[in-house]
Order: sequence, then structure tokens, then C-alpha cells
Amino acid sequence: MAIDLLYFAGIREAIGLSGERVDPPASVARIVDLVDWLVERGNGYVAAFADRTRLRAAIDDRFVDLTASLAGAREIALFPPVTGGAA
Amino acid sequence: MSALRVLVQREDIDVGAELARLEALGGGGLASFTGIVRGEGGMAMLELEHHPGMTGKVMRDIAEQAAERWTLAGVTVIHRYGELRAGERIVLTAAAARHRHAALEACAFLIDWLKTEAPFWKKEHFADGRSAWVESRSSDTAATDRWRP
Repeated sequence: MAIDLLYFAGIREAIGLSGERVDPPASVARIVDLVDWLVERGNGYVAAFADRTRLRAAIDDRFVDLTASLAGAREIALFPPVTGGAA
Repeated sequence: MSALRVLVQREDIDVGAELARLEALGGGGLASFTGIVRGEGGMAMLELEHHPGMTGKVMRDIAEQAAERWTLAGVTVIHRYGELRAGERIVLTAAAARHRHAALEACAFLIDWLKTEAPFWKKEHFADGRSAWVESRSSDTAATDRWRP
């Protein structure tokens, strides 16, 4: 099933895209599986997801753990830890 | 029922007008925090990226949590995005309440929570052409954790 991916900050820069539509195989059940599947593409994806401790995700605008299921997801955002606010 | 005002905007924040709006709600007082862009280490410009579909929802959720936790007349949370220079305002959190403790605590809660929960990312651009994404700090996470039950 097709899913829209959004990339932000350093992950967006490493991949060179702000987002894309993907159609992963059925074996891709969780966010971590999706990331492993993307890394197989090589190049920027390897660099973008090299440090999984600094990877965060949201499904349909809600923060989720990387072990979250993709079932029913329409849009998945992948990004580093947030750094808003000031001082 | 608190008046919640949540904005994500490119433009500057008119702090005077925002505080006057909270004053007009008739509470006993208000507390506010204004975040200013620091210009340390030769930083020429701060780039603020955000997740447009998600930022407003998360900020509204943070404002609602404050309104549930304390008795407040009003809550204002405004965060800027785009390109900011040193000395510019980046964020405003403010809370109006009948009692000072509620206003002060809610204001601190809002800025602590915003820093670790709102989907913004900062990139520093330096005068010599270098640029680097700002890394999250464990001290910020600890500041948010102190509000958890």
C-alpha cells in the first residue's frame, strides 16, 4: 500500500528530498522495517539513518516509537530530535 | 474555560499586543516568556524548519494541557519559523490567571514542553559560510520531565 513519507532537517538534507510516495512490500510492518527497507537504496538513505538513536517518527501527525506498526498509516514523517524554542 | 491562542508564523511577534490581549481577559495577572535568537560564535542566521501539518496541533495540545493543569484565564503560544537573525524574537509563551503561581508555572511548563515536543528544527548559519543543525540537549528533556506526573 502506498504511503507518503516526509523528511525533515538533517534527514531531508541527507536524502535530498523533502518527501516521496513509496510502496513497500508487505514484510515492511513497522517504522524500523521501513527504515531498513529505505537504507537498502543506499546513497543518502544510509547517511540519513546511520544513527537510529537520533531518529524520531510521526504517523499521521502523531509522535510514535520506531517500533510502531504501519497498519492504516497514510503519512509518515521521519526526523531528528526536535530543537524548537529558545534559551 | 481558558482562551487559547496558538500561532505558527513567519512574521515577528508583537509581544505588547499579545500581552495586552491577555490582560484584557480580567485575570489577576499574567506571566510571559519571550525567546530571543542568540548570536553566539559568529552565527549570522538561524533557520527554523517545522512540520507544517503537525506543529499547530502539537502546540494546541500543549496549550490545552496547561489549561487543564492550572486555572487560567488565557494561554498564548506563538512560535516563528523561517530565517531569523540574532536578537529577533523566536517564541512567546504567556499565561493569564487569577493567581500568580498558576500564571508563572503554566508559562514555564509551556516553554519547557514546547522545546522538546513541538516539531521544529534549528540550523545555524555562520558568517564564514559554515552551517550546522542544532542538536537536542538532554537538559531540555530533563526540564520537560519535571512536569510529568
